[in-house]
Amino acid sequence: MIEIKELHKSYKMGANSLHVLKGLNFSIKEGELVAIMGSSGSGKSTLLNILGMLDEADSGEYTLDGVPIKNLNETKAAKYRNKFLGFVFQSFNLINYKSALENVALPLYYQKVPRKQREEKALKYLEQVGLKEWAEHLPNELSGGQKQRVAIARAMAAEPKVLLADEPTGALDSKTSYEVMDLIQKINDQGNTILVVTHEEDIAHMCKRIVHLKDGVIVEDKKVEQVRASQYV
Amino acid sequence: MFNKDRWKEILEVLTGNWFRTVLTAFGVFWGIFILILLLSAGKGLENGIMQDFGDIATNTMFMWSRATTKAYKGLPKGRSFLFNTDDVEAIREKVPNLRFISPRNQLGGFGGANNVVRGLKTGAYNVYGDYPEIIRQDPMSIIDGRFINYSDINERRKVAVIGEGVKTGLYDNDEQVLGTYIKIQGVNFMVVGVYKKKSNNGDGEEGQKQIFVPFTSFSQAFNRGDDVGWMAITANDGTSITSIKNDIMAVVKENHKVHPDDQRAVGHFDLYEQFQRVQSLFTALRFIAYFVGILVLLSGVIGVSNIMLIVVKERTKEIGIRRALGEDPWSIKLQILMESLFLTIISGMAGITFGALFIYGINTLLDMNGPVDMFANPSVGLGVVMGALAILIVSGLLAGFIPAQSAIKVKPIDALRTE
Ligand SMILES: Nc1ncnc2c1ncn2[C@@H]1O[C@H](COP(=O)(O)OP(=O)(O)O)[C@@H](O)[C@H]1O
Ligand SMILES: [Mg+2]
Repeated sequence: MIEIKELHKSYKMGANSLHVLKGLNFSIKEGELVAIMGSSGSGKSTLLNILGMLDEADSGEYTLDGVPIKNLNETKAAKYRNKFLGFVFQSFNLINYKSALENVALPLYYQKVPRKQREEKALKYLEQVGLKEWAEHLPNELSGGQKQRVAIARAMAAEPKVLLADEPTGALDSKTSYEVMDLIQKINDQGNTILVVTHEEDIAHMCKRIVHLKDGVIVEDKKVEQVRASQYV
Repeated sequence: MFNKDRWKEILEVLTGNWFRTVLTAFGVFWGIFILILLLSAGKGLENGIMQDFGDIATNTMFMWSRATTKAYKGLPKGRSFLFNTDDVEAIREKVPNLRFISPRNQLGGFGGANNVVRGLKTGAYNVYGDYPEIIRQDPMSIIDGRFINYSDINERRKVAVIGEGVKTGLYDNDEQVLGTYIKIQGVNFMVVGVYKKKSNNGDGEEGQKQIFVPFTSFSQAFNRGDDVGWMAITANDGTSITSIKNDIMAVVKENHKVHPDDQRAVGHFDLYEQFQRVQSLFTALRFIAYFVGILVLLSGVIGVSNIMLIVVKERTKEIGIRRALGEDPWSIKLQILMESLFLTIISGMAGITFGALFIYGINTLLDMNGPVDMFANPSVGLGVVMGALAILIVSGLLAGFIPAQSAIKVKPIDALRTE
């Protein structure tokens, strides 16, 4: 599903340049649930943003579902993001003047799905994350865990090929974190490919594979026995 | 493009900060309001002044004789002379493109002594000896009987056409006027018609107090021989009287042995020139109205643009999220443009509406309080409103253009990072 080869990325700041990703290689197959581990500043988000086409690598190859991702203009990148990718952010990034339902329906709106269908579908996903009753609420009327579940519903609404989550539990207490991980595991059980960036061991071990990043290189890439989050909920 | 969601979002954004939106809208509102007001005030002035011109044929000059100021051909300066009927013929012969040449003679005048008697009633009126063409140069409507005709001229009939004001002065209310006689400086004239001049301004009163008699009868009755007091000369359409007036004056100067360079011997009043001068004044006024109005409007538009820039800045993160979710950059641009356009048009329409109401109010006041000198019926045409709307649309787009551009200039990843 995802394949990267010799991926490099550095940030230029004035005269200095910070080499963040130093030639990464890996591939992720359909249906995998991969944790990207590493300490703060190790380049996890940078990697995820490149995979999410929000940012571009300096060099290297990136193929998503057989499509080489290279030199995209903004219109094309937007289309790819909409079609291929779902994002979950640490800070939820819900649009605060739109209701939960409208937030979830947004990616479908950008796909020009008719209003009625869009709302039905959004409601279905809200139901899956257990927030059907909260559909008409604004984000600031929801708890952190609820917000993240809305964000996950939104990421899934467009039925993307890959779900990218950058520290999805970073802003949550451990109980809500496990609820969110439980949800992610269930979505993965349905066959969806998911990448989770985290620096927490326990969260990483709820995935099926851990890619360990340190100083811009992959130091470890191993399959793990998945810990089910449901037992903690 | 014009779907419900788009409109919902526009309204959400614009109503999100009412105070700011209204303040911004006010700039545009004010600009268009001022524009409409200035244009209509200009139109009011124009209407008022045009009314003063009345129906008079504007391609006309009046010409009279004065004392010479240069000695010529053995004749001294300071010599007085009078036009005569030969001059009329000479002008007709030598100057082409003239429509009417009306020689005129006149009795009485402003504040003069009573000169007209009918039975026990008397009055002071202007009495003119005229040719039938004068009614084409100084239009009046005949409300009873007829005007002077060429039979009157040729047979020197003692007939008179009197104004409405003369009628009220010399006759009782329901008295029959036609066929009666009035005595003008001791000479009896039979009234054959009553006229009324269309004029709403202050001079109207005086205009209705005139008496017209055939030129030939006038000369005979009052011993004028073939003298001509003055002339009203109208040129053909397409030739301005201004361009040929020197030719005309040259003819009479030659006839009366006046030095060709004697500028003061022949007096004249060129109505066409005055009319043109007034016209160009209106053009200048209109230009000023547009200039000032558009400048004020422009500052309003800059206000809109500024606010939209701030709105875009405030929404940077939201725009980042939307782009991460896959919204086309063009769609974001369109959104910003439409917000700006919508705000501009709505506030502009409000300005137009208020302007129209204001003008309506002024008109009502004018109607209630009677006519005002040099000002009548201020108004703006549909064309101006359409023009204003077009200006609004263009300015709305202009106002939104830079903000829309800046909305998608930021990379999505940077937009997401802002707080
Ligand atoms: N836009 C940027 N400009 C400059 N430096 C950046 C930028 N984004 C990240 N960095 C730097 O790159 C390094 C890796 O950042 P990041 O990928 O966010 O790490 P992580 O997500 O693993 O904490 C950090 O040292 C960070 O300071
Ligand atoms: Mg990070």
